[in-house]
Amino acid sequence: MSSVSSHVLSVQNLTVTMKGSKGPVPVLENLSFDVAQGKTMALVGESGCGKSMTALAIMQLLPEDFVVSAGKILLDGQDVLTSSPRELRTLRGNKMSMIFQEPMTALNPLYTVGDQIGEVLRQHRGLSRREAHQQAIQFLKAVQIPAADKRIDAYPHQLSGGMRQRVMIAMALACKPKLLIADEPTTALDVTVQAQIFDLLADLQDNTDTAIVLITHDLGAVAELADDVAVLYAGRCIEQGAAHEIIAHARHPYTRGLMACVPHLQLGKAAAHSAPLDEIPGMVPPLGARGPDCAFLARCAFAAEVCRTRPQPPLDRVDPGAAVSCWRHMEIAP
Amino acid sequence: MSDGLDIVTTPASTEVLLDVNDLVVHFPAGRRGMFGPPSKVHAVDGVSFRVRRGTTFGIVGESGSGKSTTAQAVMRLIPATSGQIVFGGDNIADYRGEKLRLTRARFQIVFQDPFSALDPRRRAGELIREPLDLLDIGSPRERDARVKQLLEEVGLPPQAADLFPHQFSGGQRQRLCIARAMAPEPDLIVCDEAVSALDVAIQAQILNLLKKLQRERGLTYIFISHDLGVIQHFCDEIAVMYLGKIVEQAPGNVFFSAPLHPYSWSLVAAAAPPGPLRDRLKRDYLVKGDPPSPVDPPPGCRFAQRCPFVIERCHEELPVLNVQAEHHFVACHRTGEIDAPDFSSL
Ligand SMILES: Nc1ncnc2c1ncn2[C@@H]1O[C@H](COP(=O)(O)OP(=O)(O)OP(=O)(O)O)[C@@H](O)[C@H]1O
Ligand SMILES: Nc1ncnc2c1ncn2[C@@H]1O[C@H](COP(=O)(O)OP(=O)(O)OP(=O)(O)O)[C@@H](O)[C@H]1O
Ligand code: SF4
Ligand code: SF4
Ligand SMILES: [Mg+2]
Ligand SMILES: [Mg+2]
Repeated sequence: MSSVSSHVLSVQNLTVTMKGSKGPVPVLENLSFDVAQGKTMALVGESGCGKSMTALAIMQLLPEDFVVSAGKILLDGQDVLTSSPRELRTLRGNKMSMIFQEPMTALNPLYTVGDQIGEVLRQHRGLSRREAHQQAIQFLKAVQIPAADKRIDAYPHQLSGGMRQRVMIAMALACKPKLLIADEPTTALDVTVQAQIFDLLADLQDNTDTAIVLITHDLGAVAELADDVAVLYAGRCIEQGAAHEIIAHARHPYTRGLMACVPHLQLGKAAAHSAPLDEIPGMVPPLGARGPDCAFLARCAFAAEVCRTRPQPPLDRVDPGAAVSCWRHMEIAP
Repeated sequence: MSDGLDIVTTPASTEVLLDVNDLVVHFPAGRRGMFGPPSKVHAVDGVSFRVRRGTTFGIVGESGSGKSTTAQAVMRLIPATSGQIVFGGDNIADYRGEKLRLTRARFQIVFQDPFSALDPRRRAGELIREPLDLLDIGSPRERDARVKQLLEEVGLPPQAADLFPHQFSGGQRQRLCIARAMAPEPDLIVCDEAVSALDVAIQAQILNLLKKLQRERGLTYIFISHDLGVIQHFCDEIAVMYLGKIVEQAPGNVFFSAPLHPYSWSLVAAAAPPGPLRDRLKRDYLVKGDPPSPVDPPPGCRFAQRCPFVIERCHEELPVLNVQAEHHFVACHRTGEIDAPDFSSL
């Protein structure tokens, strides 16, 4: 199939619902974004906003009771949602792969890392056992695992968290995917290892032109790795645009709140130590408890009469590269 | 600041609440070969530090460097191989029985994963009350009143007392853990990656809560985290651990303006905000690879295998923590000889 679009991934009006006892409950509503070759799209938002659900919908690995009820997901021009299970298996191996938050759950404890990477290579690239073994060592070297020729025979539990995550990346890359989805790839790791993994992802992308969907609640990672960002809140996209643009001039009160509550490292200075951090009060409404109006209403410091009387604000294009969903974004611009 | 509460910042207390001397914790690690001598994990290998009352002592360092082991040994949750733990003037390192039980109530711990830390079959109210029952603090009526008061202090509604842990969000569960830790009115609370699993919004809420409780109750914290931004915001003093040893210790403002140990430089380089300064720091100071095995730590400086400034002497001789300035200690043979990173171009 030849693709007309230059996008590796195109998500169009994606809507996911959960089967509930009182009818379907919206989980994701009308989410749209594109990722081009060699580009990184970050999905950010608080816990429970629907980031992982988006990833699982793209991979067609949604949990039971969750269904895509509207929208399209095109991978390299091919509609993921209408693909047969067989086509999907091929897509998942050859065109897209995913790195999960907790590497231990995704690696099989009973097999060596060499066996596991080798298996991917044999299945998807048709290599012989010996070739696969040799290639697996090359992949471990590519992800900077020291003494790769020895570690190839290690079991997952014999590796540190950082090394396991690197093995996951090696495995995800072994089939040379066009799209890599990384769901919080560094949350469980310490800072030095985080920095190493980010550098590694950036290098690999430079060399392979892979498109990346990066899921994170770490805005530092966004600044470093992403070209574009979609900020999710309660299953809806509330702000979207170029990463540097959103980091420099976030417009939505929620995005602004997320940026303000992070204690940033300040080198060369004593920090403003005793001042409390800015907070977003309250929490994300759980599934099924989302009203018809702006989902951020209950927590928003800028909420006004308009927000209470009107429905959910549309995601308005405000600049060629930016869109925001807030009735008051013009008035409250910083 | 206009808010009356905020003016009362913690006074720079001079009372030393906790004084740890040469703490060693080794774990058995099987034998070397089938008939070889038993080997051991040098999890904590001669660590000394002091924590002043009403302040926050931060511990940072790579995974496996011994942060949690240090904290748990100090709290007498795991046995120390050797060393002194002087708490409120008494060496508690060899307390046993009733005396140990009562002393343990004076320190509490809050873990990273609020879910696994709570018994799923018990209601929030019972969970908070449990330490009071175990330690026989107050009459039953007083205990009930205290549970109510604690819920309010950590920002949970009174009805929360009747809910089970799975009915709370991650942030609310962490509030519950904090209420439970506060119940016996401890002097010291260890926060072991207590905010690491939370997203940035909830993290800010919990950090502010911990600060408020410290201000109001004079609490002392040992705060373990791998997020240097959080550490800088939250801690008065910072200790950097590497493979079972403290390699640098300094007041927060000193540490983040003029760190002296090459490993501290690597940590700071990894966490610096993006920009030209960060690129330079990473190029010059960020180290690669993994630390050596804690089963056979190298004889000289434990950082020697990865240190960009290593010289012959580092492989042979173990550097000890030396005073560089008031409250600033560093363990490196080359302090003063090598150029520290310059943060001024920020
Ligand atoms: N297996 C499940 N059954 C029922 N509800 C679920 C399930 N998995 C997730 N949810 C709910 O779906 C919503 C979206 O969850 P999702 O996992 O996508 O969040 P997320 O943004 O990835 O959060 P986190 O940062 O915590 O990983 C949340 O309200 C969550 O509670
Ligand atoms: N019960 C145990 N038995 C044997 N070894 C142990 C035990 N507990 C910890 N260790 C080892 O002791 C060392 C220090 O572990 P510790 O948990 O204190 O590290 P940490 O600095 O808290 O790391 P992290 O950031 O990953 O939590 C590690 O090498 C660890 O594998
Ligand atoms: S629409 Fe109103 S309530 Fe919603 S984010 Fe904008 S200002 Fe806040
Ligand atoms: S003692 Fe030597 S190896 Fe150790 S940190 Fe100092 S310079 Fe580096
Ligand atoms: Mg998730
Ligand atoms: Mg630990």
